[in-house]
Amino acid sequence: MLYREAGQFKTNYASDLAVFPILQDRMGIAAILLVAFVAVPYFGNDFLLQAIMIPFLIFSLATIGLNLLTGYTGLLSLGTGAFMGVGAYACYKLETLFPGVNIIVWIVTAGFASAAVGVLFGLPSLRIKGFYLAIATLAAQFFLQWCFVRIPWLFNYNTSGAIEVGTHTLFGIPITGPNATSTTRYLIALSIVVVMTWFASNLVHGRIGRMWMAVRDMDIAAELMGIRLLPTKLLAFAVSSFYCGVAGAMLVFLWYGGAEADVFSINQSFFILFMVIVGGLGSLLGSFLGAAFIFILPIFLRYVPPHVGMSIFPATVEHITFMITGGLIIFFLIVEPHGLARLWQTAKQKLRVWPFPY
Amino acid sequence: MRAPSVAEIAAGDVLLAVEGVSLAFGGVKAVSDVSFDIRKGEIRAIIGPNGAGKTSMLNVINGFYHPQAGRITFKGKTRRAMRPHAAAAGGIARTFQNVALFKSMTTLDNIMAGRSLKMHKSFFWQIFRHGPALSEEIEHRKTAEEIIDFLEIEHIRRIPVGKLPYGLQKRVELGRALAMEPDLLLLDEPMAGMNLEEKEDMSRYILSMNNYYGTTIALIEHDMGVVMDLSDRVVVLDYGRKIADGTPDEVKKNKAVIDAYLGVAH
Amino acid sequence: MLLYKIFIDPFVQMGASPDLFVQTLWEGLVAGVLYALIALGFVLIFKASGVFNFAQGIMVVFGALTLVGIYEILVRWGISQENVAAFLALGLTIGVMFLLAFAVERIVLKPLVNQPDIILFMATFGLTYFLIGFGEYVFGGSSKVMIADQLYLPKGFIDLKILGGVVSLQKIDIAAAVIASIMVTGLALFFSKTRIGRALRAVADSHKAALSVGISLDQIWVIVWFASGLVALVTGIMWGARSEVSFALEVIALRALPVLILGGFTSIPGAIVGGLIIGIGEKLGDFYWGALLGRGIESWLAYFIALVFLLFRPQGLFGEKIIERV
Repeated sequence: MLYREAGQFKTNYASDLAVFPILQDRMGIAAILLVAFVAVPYFGNDFLLQAIMIPFLIFSLATIGLNLLTGYTGLLSLGTGAFMGVGAYACYKLETLFPGVNIIVWIVTAGFASAAVGVLFGLPSLRIKGFYLAIATLAAQFFLQWCFVRIPWLFNYNTSGAIEVGTHTLFGIPITGPNATSTTRYLIALSIVVVMTWFASNLVHGRIGRMWMAVRDMDIAAELMGIRLLPTKLLAFAVSSFYCGVAGAMLVFLWYGGAEADVFSINQSFFILFMVIVGGLGSLLGSFLGAAFIFILPIFLRYVPPHVGMSIFPATVEHITFMITGGLIIFFLIVEPHGLARLWQTAKQKLRVWPFPY
Repeated sequence: MRAPSVAEIAAGDVLLAVEGVSLAFGGVKAVSDVSFDIRKGEIRAIIGPNGAGKTSMLNVINGFYHPQAGRITFKGKTRRAMRPHAAAAGGIARTFQNVALFKSMTTLDNIMAGRSLKMHKSFFWQIFRHGPALSEEIEHRKTAEEIIDFLEIEHIRRIPVGKLPYGLQKRVELGRALAMEPDLLLLDEPMAGMNLEEKEDMSRYILSMNNYYGTTIALIEHDMGVVMDLSDRVVVLDYGRKIADGTPDEVKKNKAVIDAYLGVAH
Repeated sequence: MLLYKIFIDPFVQMGASPDLFVQTLWEGLVAGVLYALIALGFVLIFKASGVFNFAQGIMVVFGALTLVGIYEILVRWGISQENVAAFLALGLTIGVMFLLAFAVERIVLKPLVNQPDIILFMATFGLTYFLIGFGEYVFGGSSKVMIADQLYLPKGFIDLKILGGVVSLQKIDIAAAVIASIMVTGLALFFSKTRIGRALRAVADSHKAALSVGISLDQIWVIVWFASGLVALVTGIMWGARSEVSFALEVIALRALPVLILGGFTSIPGAIVGGLIIGIGEKLGDFYWGALLGRGIESWLAYFIALVFLLFRPQGLFGEKIIERV
């Protein structure tokens, strides 16, 4: 079937308000979900699931979180890493204090801790804007990272200074810790990400999303229309940090199985920010594309050249990754500030009128 | 509804009154000791040469600037200064001299954003976008579509406004203000930079709003023809002071106004 | 008891051993000078192009690394006179900084003229990462030793016997302070007295308007990026002489950001005063109050000072009050 909207009439506002008004798009989403939930776990090997799919999902979630703040509300944050850390440490504390409750509950609850911290560090956005605010979020980054190292209570006084994940089960099947298979962890991560993406999509397509974007595009006009700036910005900080916090908890509990404060450094913040930029500011689809691109690039550089007979030192791979990433950021900002998501839209637009684009 | 006659306006209720308002930035006086009122249902023009303090006056009325002296009475409530949120919630909407639209949002989203204050369904329903949140969205979408029909901008419904030509942007901005269903609409040079045809369209929209919805309008405009044709009463500012106030005919004959516009040797 | 530890005990300590206090103060001062130099590089670029150049810190490291890297190559090629090699390397590094300025202008800034500030800001993140990767790729990731002796920079200590104790000052620090003040004076004169300086300020106000009166943005931007590249190189040499040259130095650039908040983005005096306040505040804070919180509060103390300050004066110490218009 060709990609066409001809003949698909909307007879009421409800169907016009749908996120995917075109039938082919809905079929595409269904197909992707089917592949993600059935084909990938069935055919995928451990490497694909553990080294690519799980981190891809986690980073996508964090990227959505930052995109809600930076892409939709226009508030640049360099503290994403730290907010992810708050989620991870909160989840760890909750899990050890109340081991009886299911770990999935704590992964999600940890998001609220992160949201609260996010709101606290979002307060300066009342007075300051632009890169001043970005620097204020650096305060969050450094302060929180310091807390992760210097407050032993957070990591239960482990001599290693690290948090470690024990085995937890769901319906008797281990879902975290060394005994959990990558397939189960993948499915848990996928479920969380799908539900939270759906929530995010609902938010940005409704009143709250419009308020965020209004504040981003022209804050004075928004204020004079009666949109209260501070609560709107704080809500963006809260929701964004919630997403980052959940992603951080998932990072430790569903992927690494343990972590030190280093994981949540400023480099992590930049890493997520780059995913947002490359994927497209203000696009949920872009969050996935950007996360995939930035995360898979170094893996690609590490594994592909040896296959074509080139040998590169691991250190060199890292250097080249840095160079390419930096270059790509500049490239995307110049050529397509809306990132991969816009390229995808343009392609779809072309497809709609193909083969007669007149 | 029928537009009230001049006599009716003169006898009508005062919707908003400013008394003795003064505003300064550092040492620069933008507005000094200005008083005037806006009555229900009228079209009130604020005119004056560049830098006379007209836009500052609008900014005071909807609470963006806080004057150092004076009082503002809106709908019977007197305040030292308006607050943006209180002004918007009380029914004051606004367009801007240099279009201040949400540029990357579509026409439809801009107009829907104008209805933010009227939408109340909580965060909880928003994340599901079903039930109350969805029916609220649909209900307000209907109103938005009525405005789109009224302003004849159906064809640009889904286009990001940043890509629209200037004249259409002005129209969308008017639509966004209308979406707030305002009691008082402040228009800051709604026809600046427009060609004759666009001006005529805009005048028609302004008059219909005033006639059919009974919206009270305060507008700043430089085109004297437009001001004289549209407005019921005119207030004239020069160097931040009020120099005249009255019907278009009265103002036209006023010596101080003629001097301000043509310039006199002092 | 806690209040005593916060409000009284540190001051008692300061009074009890004033020499230690002066020593800490001096160290703060030196750190402050270096912060001020980094901030100066930021301010230069911000004034002239409206770009908040996040890569300034990396330019410091990159400059120092290039200098040492080129020096090593020259020595390997058989230039036996160490001092000759060092100054040759210095000259070449200045050339590299010029090329960098030129490339940044051509590749990054020119295509982004009139874009929102925040986009340009993010573009400099890209530049940061590119420079890290490039520097490490060319010169290797291992840390190096600054060629301070070969550049005739002084070393050793001066011990001052004052206040019943000994305060020791490193000569290199004194040199840093002197060089920094010369550079700042020169730049201030350049900005206020020359034709190019005036053009720079015009460009900072509005790209479009500057273009319309015939100021060449290309030229101005290359000049200003080159100037701040030189400032970065000097900073790199000074900082490198006190520790070692590696990309670990980039953290100092992050430490210098609060200086900008404090001083305002456009003010050269602001950069200096801000740098000194942050430098001294950090060292005193860590020395006298750090033990209360566990060490390492240096990493965020400056941000907190700046943040608190920002809430009361959003435009910085020397910035102008912003009037918003619609």
